[in-house]
Amino acid sequence: MSTYLGLPTLRRKGDAGGRATPSGTRPDEPFGPVPHPDDPLRWGETFPQAARAALGNDQMRANLGHATSTIRAKRASVVGEVPDWEALRDAGAAIKTHVMAGLPDLLEELERNVTARGGVVHWARDAAEANRIVAELVRAAGVDEVVKVKSMATQEIGLNEALAEAGIAATETDLAELIVQLADDMPSHILVPAIHRNREEIRRIFLERMADAPADLTDAPRELAMAARAHLRRKFLTAKVAISGANFAVADTGTLSVVESEGNGRMCLTLPETLITVMGIEKLVPTFTDLEVFLQTLPRSSTGERMNPYTSLWTGVTPGDGPQKFHLVLLDNGRTRALADDVGRAALHCIRCSACLNVCPVYERVGGHAYGSVYPGPIGAVLTPQLTGSSGHGDPNSSLPFASTLCGACYDVCPVKIDIPSLLVHLRARVADEDRGRRVPTGWGAAMKAASAVMSDGGRFALAEKGTVVARILAGRKGYVRHLPFPASAWTASRDLPAPAKQTFRDWWAKEHEQPGERSDR
Amino acid sequence: MRIALTATCVADSMFPQAPRATVRLLERLGHEVFFPASQACCGQMHINTGYMDEAVPVVRNHVESFSPVLDGEWDAVVVPSGSCTGSIRHQQGMVCRRAGEDALGARADAVAAKTYELSELLVDVLGLSDVGAHFAHRVTFHPTCHSLRMLGVGDRPERLLRAVAGLELVDLPGADGCCGFGGTFALKNAPTSAAMLDDKVAAVRSTAAEVLVAGDYSCLMHIGGGLSRQHAGIGTMHLAEVLASTVDDPTPLPHAPAPRTRTAGAEVSR
Repeated sequence: MSTYLGLPTLRRKGDAGGRATPSGTRPDEPFGPVPHPDDPLRWGETFPQAARAALGNDQMRANLGHATSTIRAKRASVVGEVPDWEALRDAGAAIKTHVMAGLPDLLEELERNVTARGGVVHWARDAAEANRIVAELVRAAGVDEVVKVKSMATQEIGLNEALAEAGIAATETDLAELIVQLADDMPSHILVPAIHRNREEIRRIFLERMADAPADLTDAPRELAMAARAHLRRKFLTAKVAISGANFAVADTGTLSVVESEGNGRMCLTLPETLITVMGIEKLVPTFTDLEVFLQTLPRSSTGERMNPYTSLWTGVTPGDGPQKFHLVLLDNGRTRALADDVGRAALHCIRCSACLNVCPVYERVGGHAYGSVYPGPIGAVLTPQLTGSSGHGDPNSSLPFASTLCGACYDVCPVKIDIPSLLVHLRARVADEDRGRRVPTGWGAAMKAASAVMSDGGRFALAEKGTVVARILAGRKGYVRHLPFPASAWTASRDLPAPAKQTFRDWWAKEHEQPGERSDR
Repeated sequence: MRIALTATCVADSMFPQAPRATVRLLERLGHEVFFPASQACCGQMHINTGYMDEAVPVVRNHVESFSPVLDGEWDAVVVPSGSCTGSIRHQQGMVCRRAGEDALGARADAVAAKTYELSELLVDVLGLSDVGAHFAHRVTFHPTCHSLRMLGVGDRPERLLRAVAGLELVDLPGADGCCGFGGTFALKNAPTSAAMLDDKVAAVRSTAAEVLVAGDYSCLMHIGGGLSRQHAGIGTMHLAEVLASTVDDPTPLPHAPAPRTRTAGAEVSR
């Protein structure tokens, strides 16, 4: 899909975590070699640690702020012109709820229809199984080179790295994805994976890593695109096998669909002899008619376009036209784990538009790498920890549900109405419940337990208010506190804290409104 | 009307001027206000930090404190806070049901159905847009995320403010953006929260308003803390304090640390 060429960030050599690093480090090493993380869904530090580092990069913040506000405005204007937008969101949510409720039957219906039209369906429980299936299919085709359509599912399973280990070279053909791949980088946005790169960096990446890049390449976006185009054209014309993801799969016809902006997808889906599609099992819609809803909401939500330039639909194989071998790999990789959670499963409704990233004030400040997953932003914060499950206390993914102020901007724009703030709170409770099982309680756990006792009784609360006299003394005559010891220093590092009131509201009320003899408790 | 007041735990102890102004305003409008003293907190902090089990007794206390509204002892419950109203309306029932307390959950939902954020009460229940207030100051308004998106109060607060005599309302750039408070987010992700706060404070300062108004003292505590740290000279007030202000009984501007006096062009060091 569309690629924005305007965002710099610097990576430190050997920063295996792949997180954004503070500006000013190793300016001679703008990219790689950065080892791809072992797990594309869990890499590096906790969110607060990674975010702190990313915030040091003023340039990235300024540029991300610019890019996200541009796309926000674009989206808002094309959404605003659809009179039945809210009804479309409701329809999208209802279709996805229906899909999750009947997923096993719908998947089998899809398998029957794909098979009936000449396709072959494979089932993969996890990343390793999916990667093995794809590698074997490529080997069976007798080639060691494949072209790829941009796909989050294959990013999620680290397919390119797995294929490389099997001696197969995969070439990403989406421009931004190609940039990320050449730099041995990780994506930082679902739709615009190279949103953290600027055009000068891209020029250097191309010159250093793309053998056929013209030596006099400048950083003009058109020149960069033309260089990538020439490079990819040769790959398209020679590739025997293509690998794609899918935006949608229609159960009642066995039809697959990819929507895109650049046309690279159409080349991959039509030219090679063999097409392998890796698809998360949640990408289903029951009927062909259901597509009408998502084909209206997806482009407007993602790129801010009324309609995406290329919509490819294919059903099995058609003799004499397009790939003559079609394999569909249905990927679980934690999705049934999410499905088992009656609240959390709503995250599986996601159609990967990335509107929630573009409106998120947290994502806008820290960028995508801070989330330590190929799924960043608000949807990543609810999807990633569910796909991976928890590895126990200290799991960096356990910090993701807390990476939000619960401001609700994500929920407002979601084209399938995923109530992300409620999911975040639900997943926070899972983290707190897990910590509650520990023999030694966490600081937060102990504090919350104590606060619960105080805050569940008006008398105890009134008594606790008397204790705030200490804070008043700290504040002194100024009326505000400027420095507090840890952990309250997290607040006073950047904000003053007003002194508690001399007279609480309840004391004032008791004095002003209650006559002797009148009952004080309602 | 007979209206019960949820003071909110934060305002009760830190910002009593908000519930006091709510009382002053509603009594001036001819209503009778009640304060059930057994109330403490709505449970929002526990819930949004993930401590659902610990939230249950807090929610139970709130629901029991305000249950008389179901028996007709009061006509409505008013809350001078968007986020507390949001928690009461959208979270309390869920927390109870999650703990298997279905009856309490149903009761929480019933109380919530009679609970209103201040601007909702004034506009929707009392049918007012002009409350007869007077406040001759330059004001900018931060709509707060939970009022805007969780409750959907829309432009009710602005409509009320525009009707205040003498008040000049200046648009806040990027008004609908979060200030970065997010409850315990401000502590757990302090640097990210501070980055968001910086942008909000800069927007507030750009308005050259005398005072920043909002319908939630949690957000005001955060933004106000940033304004105070920067000696912006802009104070914070709750919507209720502005609406309670009249010619005869004006609400004074809050104390706000102002830029240090300059001597011969140089800023006196802090």
